[in-house]
Amino acid sequence: MQEYVIAFAVGGIICMIGQLLMDLTNLTPAHVLVLFVVMGTILGGLGWYQPLVELGGAGATIPLTGFGNSLAAGTLEGVDKYGFLGIFNGALSATASGMMAAIVFGFLMAVIFNPKG
Amino acid sequence: MLNKRCGKQSIGFVNQPVIISTANIGGPMEGEGLQSKYFDIIMKDNINDLNSWEQCESYMLEQVITRASEKISGSVENLEFILAGDLLNQLMSTHFAMRTLARPFLGLYGACSTMIESMMIGAMMIDGGFANLLAGAASSHHDAAERQYRFPTELGVQRPPVAQWTVTGAGAAILSSTGSGPKLTYATVGKIVDMGIKDPNALGPAMAPAAVDTLITHFSDTGRNPNYYDMIFTGDLGYIGKEMVIKLCAEKGLDLSNNYEDCGCMIYKEEQDTHAGASGCASSAVVFCGYIYQMLCKKNYGKILLVGTGSLHSPTSYQQKESIPCIAHALAIEV
Repeated sequence: MQEYVIAFAVGGIICMIGQLLMDLTNLTPAHVLVLFVVMGTILGGLGWYQPLVELGGAGATIPLTGFGNSLAAGTLEGVDKYGFLGIFNGALSATASGMMAAIVFGFLMAVIFNPKG
Repeated sequence: MLNKRCGKQSIGFVNQPVIISTANIGGPMEGEGLQSKYFDIIMKDNINDLNSWEQCESYMLEQVITRASEKISGSVENLEFILAGDLLNQLMSTHFAMRTLARPFLGLYGACSTMIESMMIGAMMIDGGFANLLAGAASSHHDAAERQYRFPTELGVQRPPVAQWTVTGAGAAILSSTGSGPKLTYATVGKIVDMGIKDPNALGPAMAPAAVDTLITHFSDTGRNPNYYDMIFTGDLGYIGKEMVIKLCAEKGLDLSNNYEDCGCMIYKEEQDTHAGASGCASSAVVFCGYIYQMLCKKNYGKILLVGTGSLHSPTSYQQKESIPCIAHALAIEV
């Protein structure tokens, strides 16, 4: 039970930061989205995000900062494995399942529904 | 030649055009709001069984022009001109509506001031002897405008507290050289005022200085003062913009505290949670063509000043980080 509470708190705090950025600054949701991915990548690259993942689990991996963290982790892993080439293929290899899921579900929704808006 | 110009930016009509008929339409949210008793037509939803919001907006514009013509037991065929516009790029909704109505047409873009601009230019055509019967109309559609100016609606972006809700609706007024009804007496054509506001959500505060500029010019050109009018209405400044107008006018020595209201504060109820009120071409169009016109016809109001306010930015200008140029036109209407 405690795990769930911590995941909720960690995820909640990350989302609260995003909400405050939208409420208190002129940043649009698109800005916040990009900012979170970039921040996650930087924190992940420095090795500071992983402790948060270990603490909060899905609460830290589901928000966009978690995606940024995966990009950084994938790049580091790619560099270890393939050297220089890893800079280019590491990030996308590590996040391929997430991206493919977005494309597949996006495609399915576009086939099933016909937006009138 | 008779000079009808008056002061720096105003016109005094000599052969005063008469507003012989009006009609308005609104979406379901507008129908549940404060103006519910004053709509000719309330749609059941924002798409009305059509294929797109833009088609729905065209439908609304066709409906109001047709309905306003029918009320004076005439048909659209009798209209010598139609002056109309909306908020969308290339006046999309208006052009498709005019394709159906097939009358001589001039498209106008004054953003949310379009309804007042259309009546003002229509009045000049009638006073000048170029027309005897014409229609001025304007429309806006919440979802179509939201998509063009802000974000795709399906993205579900949160709206900040300063945001106003674009009205889904349209209004049309038929102007005639003869007949009975409220008359257009004076018009003040506004200048563009830009105070450097860049937030496309804060349109009321952006437009308020333009409204104040036009109000001050109107009073100095005509020699009138705010007390001359039973009511002064601005188009769509919302709660924040309205307060700014009262404050800015007070600083210039004009007291608007007793007889001033903004159409953007007259459409939605507080519990409808629109944040800072209503906006869009339809804000002034539905309130004027419904409530205000009926009050004038019943002589509950004898003299009103209607100030259409428009923010003339575009999605491109916003992306290029330009500020918002604003305009306001005033029209004096007297019974």
